[in-house]
Amino acid sequence: MNIPNLTPVRAGFIPLVDCAVLVVAREKGFAANHGIDLKLSKEVSWANIRDRVNVGQFDVAHMLAGMPIAANLSIGHIKVPMIAPMALGTGGNAITLSQDLYTELAASGLDLSAPLSAGQALRSAVERRRSQDLDPLTFAMVFPFSNHNYQLRYWMAAAGIDPERDVRLVVIPPPYMVQSLHAGQIDGFCVGEPWNRLAVEQGAGKILLKGSDVWPAEPEKVLGVQAAWAEQNGETLAALLRALTQAANWADDPDHHAALADILADPQYLDVSSALILKALSGDLQFSGTAACAHAMWLYAQMVRWGQTPLSQTGEQFACNTYRPDLLAAALGEASPHIQDTPLVLFDGKVFDPKDVPGYIAATPLNMHKI
Amino acid sequence: MSHDLKVLVIDESPVRAAILKEGLCDAGYTRVEWITDTANLSGRIAALDPDVVLVDMENPNRDVLEQMFQVSREVKRPIAMFVDQSDSAMITASVDAGVSAYIVDGLKKERIKPILDMTISRFNAFTHLQRELDDTKTELFERKVIDRAKGILMRQKGISEDEAYGLLRRNAMNQKEKIADIAASVVSAADLLS
Repeated sequence: MNIPNLTPVRAGFIPLVDCAVLVVAREKGFAANHGIDLKLSKEVSWANIRDRVNVGQFDVAHMLAGMPIAANLSIGHIKVPMIAPMALGTGGNAITLSQDLYTELAASGLDLSAPLSAGQALRSAVERRRSQDLDPLTFAMVFPFSNHNYQLRYWMAAAGIDPERDVRLVVIPPPYMVQSLHAGQIDGFCVGEPWNRLAVEQGAGKILLKGSDVWPAEPEKVLGVQAAWAEQNGETLAALLRALTQAANWADDPDHHAALADILADPQYLDVSSALILKALSGDLQFSGTAACAHAMWLYAQMVRWGQTPLSQTGEQFACNTYRPDLLAAALGEASPHIQDTPLVLFDGKVFDPKDVPGYIAATPLNMHKI
Repeated sequence: MSHDLKVLVIDESPVRAAILKEGLCDAGYTRVEWITDTANLSGRIAALDPDVVLVDMENPNRDVLEQMFQVSREVKRPIAMFVDQSDSAMITASVDAGVSAYIVDGLKKERIKPILDMTISRFNAFTHLQRELDDTKTELFERKVIDRAKGILMRQKGISEDEAYGLLRRNAMNQKEKIADIAASVVSAADLLS
């Protein structure tokens, strides 16, 4: 048999269900079929992922959607230009509360399945603590530039809760979320699967809201690539994008979910039971998807709102250019996608127009952007 | 020569932290603190008020620090070590060694370089030691297995120790395997049959 010389591509990932596209591309041979020897490295922190991509130890990585944007805006460190040609996961996040807090919210009689009234129930719980001089509620998310952070903040702010002052927001690495909830160190969290299901299974908490109930169909994870590597390895990147697209389509097929759960359960990947992963796959998580300018603008607007970066035209430009659906389309031999700039309507009735971030920020209450 | 920079080491490995702390002290950095667990990290960092924070990259709590340095009003805001493009060799060396650094903004590069150089060399030395220790452990374990296999062959075949070893060696050569692997299969076969 003639074995082609495979081009090595090094990829970092965090053990979450939405690392599936990279894992499937390797395990089901999609990468090899496209001439790529996809080498996967499991990491323990998003900061490690960023640093290893920055110094070139990883060519590509499973990244939180905001990470490549933050890199281009040089928030927290010097600028290392990044691009994100495709999404790796959408709709997988959820907000889970401790049993105690869930019970307290349910006692309000408000409809907890609707984000707005669930937020009002939370607001009563926040106010009760303040009036009784109790410690504020503590919520966990996974990284400053994660959708998790922005989703929690958006949901709270829509109910009139100031996430900066009325609650405590902390970062906890996903594998420790459930035990922290169990131990009462936190009252709730926003995280990707399988950790919400695990909290339910272990009786530590109840899922309050699914990401897809609340927010636009935003990529939560993207394929992050150092722009310089992408430029020098255009053909390899295109082949990788074709392989990953096939992998995403394979993983999205419900007929493959049982097999996918078995693959991901392996100790070198998630190292949790395949039954648990299978449950997580039955939700709204979608692997294939685009990462377009409008998505990046939404994230950028949240970064501005919460004071992570100043509002500027250059900033908008950097954010928009981070997501490169054109590279994906070109790799797949499709026509370049038209820019998606349809305004988004959020659960609280607010409209986000990606073409008018300054207008959006000016009209948004509870924001840290100093105008 | 002593330096006034305050250095905080966050490392779950007490041995490695001790090696690093000693190195920094010898180089004149007397204000070195070390914490292992990350309970109440924010309060403790605020109390120490470090200029440089060194974190081992196996520590998942790195992301906790990232958030803290993003939002904190209590601590000076150290930033990830990508301070200057010209430092890329040093940065690569530290990521290779498995250590990351956060540095308070505005600190001059030449004040930080000796600290990072020392940290990188101590981390590498520790990894080297760890590998030697692992190799020694493996070697000891293999020697034990070979001894047990020799004993089994001597008893069952009524041969001398040298002959038993020769038998294992020939088999290993024929099957292109390590003597220890052949010995392990002899031992497990004997366990099964006993």
